Amino acid sequence: MKRLLSALVIAAVVFSISLAANTGLAEKILLINGAGATFPYPLYSKWFYEYAKVDPSVNFNYQSIGSGGGIRQITAQTVDFGASDGALTDAQLKAAPRELLHIPMTAGAVVVTYNIPGVSESLRFAPEVVAGIFLGSIKRWDDPRIAEYNTGINLPGQNIIVAHRSDGSGTTNIFTDYLCSISSNWNSKVGKGTSVNWPVGLGAKGNEGVAGLVKQTPGAVGYVELAYAVKNNLPYGDIQNKSGNFITPSIESTTTAVNGKVNSMPEDFRVSLVNPDGEDAYPIAGFTWILVYKDQVDSVKGKKVVEFLRWAVTDGQKYSADLLYSPLPKSMVRKIEDKINQISY
Amino acid sequence: MKTRFVDSGFKKAVTLLALSVAVLTCLLVYNMAANAVPAMQKFGPAFLFTSTWDPVKEIFGALPFIYGTIVSSALALLIAVPVSLGIAVYLAELAPLYIRQPLNFLIELLAAIPSVVYGLWGIFVLAPFLRDIAQPFLSNYLGFLPVFKGEFYGVGMLTAGIILSIMIIPTISSISREVFLTVPFTQREAASALGATRWETIRLAVLGYAKPGVMGAVILGLGRALGETMAVTMVIGNRPEISASLFAPSYTMASVIANEFIEATSNLYLSALIEVGLILFFVTLLINIAARALIWKVLSKAKIANI
Amino acid sequence: MNNCKKRKIIDKIMCFASFFCAFLTSTILIIIFGYVISKGAASVNIDFFIHMPMPVGEPGGGMGNAITGSLILIGLSCLWSVPVGILGGIFLSEFGNNKLGAMVRFAADVLNGIPSIVIGIFAYTMFVLPMKSFSAISGAFALGIIMIPTIMRTSEEMLRMVPNNLREASLALGISQFRTITSVVLKTALPGIVTGVLLAIARIAGETAPLLFTAFGNRFWHQGLNQPIAALPLQIFVYAISPFDDWHRQAWAGAFVLIVMVFLISLISRLALRRKI
Repeated sequence: MKRLLSALVIAAVVFSISLAANTGLAEKILLINGAGATFPYPLYSKWFYEYAKVDPSVNFNYQSIGSGGGIRQITAQTVDFGASDGALTDAQLKAAPRELLHIPMTAGAVVVTYNIPGVSESLRFAPEVVAGIFLGSIKRWDDPRIAEYNTGINLPGQNIIVAHRSDGSGTTNIFTDYLCSISSNWNSKVGKGTSVNWPVGLGAKGNEGVAGLVKQTPGAVGYVELAYAVKNNLPYGDIQNKSGNFITPSIESTTTAVNGKVNSMPEDFRVSLVNPDGEDAYPIAGFTWILVYKDQVDSVKGKKVVEFLRWAVTDGQKYSADLLYSPLPKSMVRKIEDKINQISY
Repeated sequence: MKTRFVDSGFKKAVTLLALSVAVLTCLLVYNMAANAVPAMQKFGPAFLFTSTWDPVKEIFGALPFIYGTIVSSALALLIAVPVSLGIAVYLAELAPLYIRQPLNFLIELLAAIPSVVYGLWGIFVLAPFLRDIAQPFLSNYLGFLPVFKGEFYGVGMLTAGIILSIMIIPTISSISREVFLTVPFTQREAASALGATRWETIRLAVLGYAKPGVMGAVILGLGRALGETMAVTMVIGNRPEISASLFAPSYTMASVIANEFIEATSNLYLSALIEVGLILFFVTLLINIAARALIWKVLSKAKIANI
Repeated sequence: MNNCKKRKIIDKIMCFASFFCAFLTSTILIIIFGYVISKGAASVNIDFFIHMPMPVGEPGGGMGNAITGSLILIGLSCLWSVPVGILGGIFLSEFGNNKLGAMVRFAADVLNGIPSIVIGIFAYTMFVLPMKSFSAISGAFALGIIMIPTIMRTSEEMLRMVPNNLREASLALGISQFRTITSVVLKTALPGIVTGVLLAIARIAGETAPLLFTAFGNRFWHQGLNQPIAALPLQIFVYAISPFDDWHRQAWAGAFVLIVMVFLISLISRLALRRKI
């Protein structure tokens, strides 16, 4: 009996200590919660880490659950800000209780990454080939349609295993947007969106999951943000753009795609970057936005969010290049700052 | 006077609290049903038979998940039931006494391993093993069978079935063992006296007598397999497609909710997911009621007999 | 073949098969446990317990916030589910031999069989949506629901095992029913009840599914019960499905800590049961 009592007491003590330790360590820091895209997660998590040094009074807790999640949760107002690389449709904007703003944070490239035994070089993919692989009509790596542009590379007779997102994803949105624009077959059969009915392939959660699946599965191919491929030493392909050139995904080619749209930027920043006209533009690039309400309900949190956003589009941009995201062009930053100033708290 | 007041007050308080549990349960069912109504209205009973799950076109059908859940659980039972019965027989009848306690403990440790750890082990140990060793073997020698046809990825229905079976073995074996222990000694002695071998004694006296209880244990194990989420989500491949091959990726009701609930972008999508949850709830409810009824019957019969 | 011989051979085969099943299962357990230890134990150091996660891709950091987060969630769940469970068990054993009792027992059985992900949905609609925030509270609500049936059933069983003459003796001495139940019956059954509570805790310590959309996860130390909170099994899940090798290493370490935690609780509850009554 005494032993039990002492056990209970110990348990209670452990609980209270951890509660106290947590609260003590936290020192009443303001916690701001966000959720959404996995696409920019490496950059965001770096930003939040660095921003904690700039303003130690606030912690940004970001959960990378996919753009679909970001859209859903900010609409339900269970988080303070959302993040998505799939811009909200008009219907989705209407479903939100108040006006939602898209604040562009950075641009990135969606790359076609693969794990082919014996192949470490960058393969060249023509648009129809990409569509064919993901439609399931091209089933083996040594298919002549792939080999056509990759003479000199020894492609094994391995079956192609497609990896795609199982969650609602802005990366999927960008990728399917591209596939729709270059393949009428894809357009009619599958369409575009944050979550689509994939003709073939295995589903994985988040950019992290797709990269992980490709890394672990010989013969696999998937689409991820550039940073995920590089960080995991996965090779990725050069994609043929509208002008016919095979472009390597990089900061430069992404920035070229962005620059092509800067002058025609819509006022709400909802714009697609896929399949642009530029000679050296990478065809599968996209913006990623942070979603905030124009009228912030909580003035303390609202102020901190606005301050962070201002920092991110200016000082924060210096971290982008290292992580292979394309910094926002200066002319665009000015317009974005004007937008941020419209947020009231 | 005061005593009676305290007594009745206490009784009322306790009754109220217990009733609140019942209320909580009803609230849960009502809540789910209410949120599933939009999907139920739009799709009707066809929801159970449609195999399209298309969030873009907003066409939702639960058939792939129902199929995935049933097949993965059936596969798990196929593997787990013989093994569990073997363990139960061994522990209840055959093992030397000094082994019983530690072995019992060991099996119960399996039950204590959290689902996510099974999933972790599944991704990094079981799936590569299947992909590199077991599945090529099966594909080469048994590839003509429809269940072993086609591509193998390491993850898929087979992996999920195997992990589920490991997870339900402790459940089925420990309840079966308890049921075997309630078989009166007279039954075993009678069989032995008639000249039966050890195995025949077990088969005739114990297994026969304990059949309803064992069935209950199996059904309980099934109930657990149906609702298992994390380990399955991590190894099943997450593809809403119906395929005869065990190598193919699949999707269960619990997994689709885990993966897609937090990001269902439209209300209809969310409602469809909740409707899937409702179906899962009712299926596990029926299974558990059946199991309890069977086990209760055997254990209470034994309690009466042994007292 | 001689019938007798055939029967003896079958006997030997089946008995061996039975032994083999037990052997096979033990081997699998050792394999699983072995992997967790070999891949996880080395990474469990002081850093692991003290630090929070680092930004994506940067090595180092730990799961300190997830471990304390789990402890807090467990404590919070116990706070509401243990009283409800034990008092519910008292009702069922002392006053529950009627239709009402049958209904409550049935409800508890239903709750027990509900997949934990469905309970997560319930907690999301009941707490997260109205509160407009993910929170430790909603996570504790979901975990508590999972605990209640186990605690109620074990409490009822343990209370029923207290011999009736103890109750009668107490009442005969003029002690009120309330005090009889609390000071005599409950006290006697307490070791068994505590076992039940510990078993329930061991079960929810590893639960991930209901936390996916209630506790939600937090990269930092917790700052309030109405805020999202990290939890060990949740963190293991996120790290396991990621592509980063360092995160995989930490997932194994987290799995090691989790298993040790769960095993310890199960062990303590088993020892407590040996001393019952």
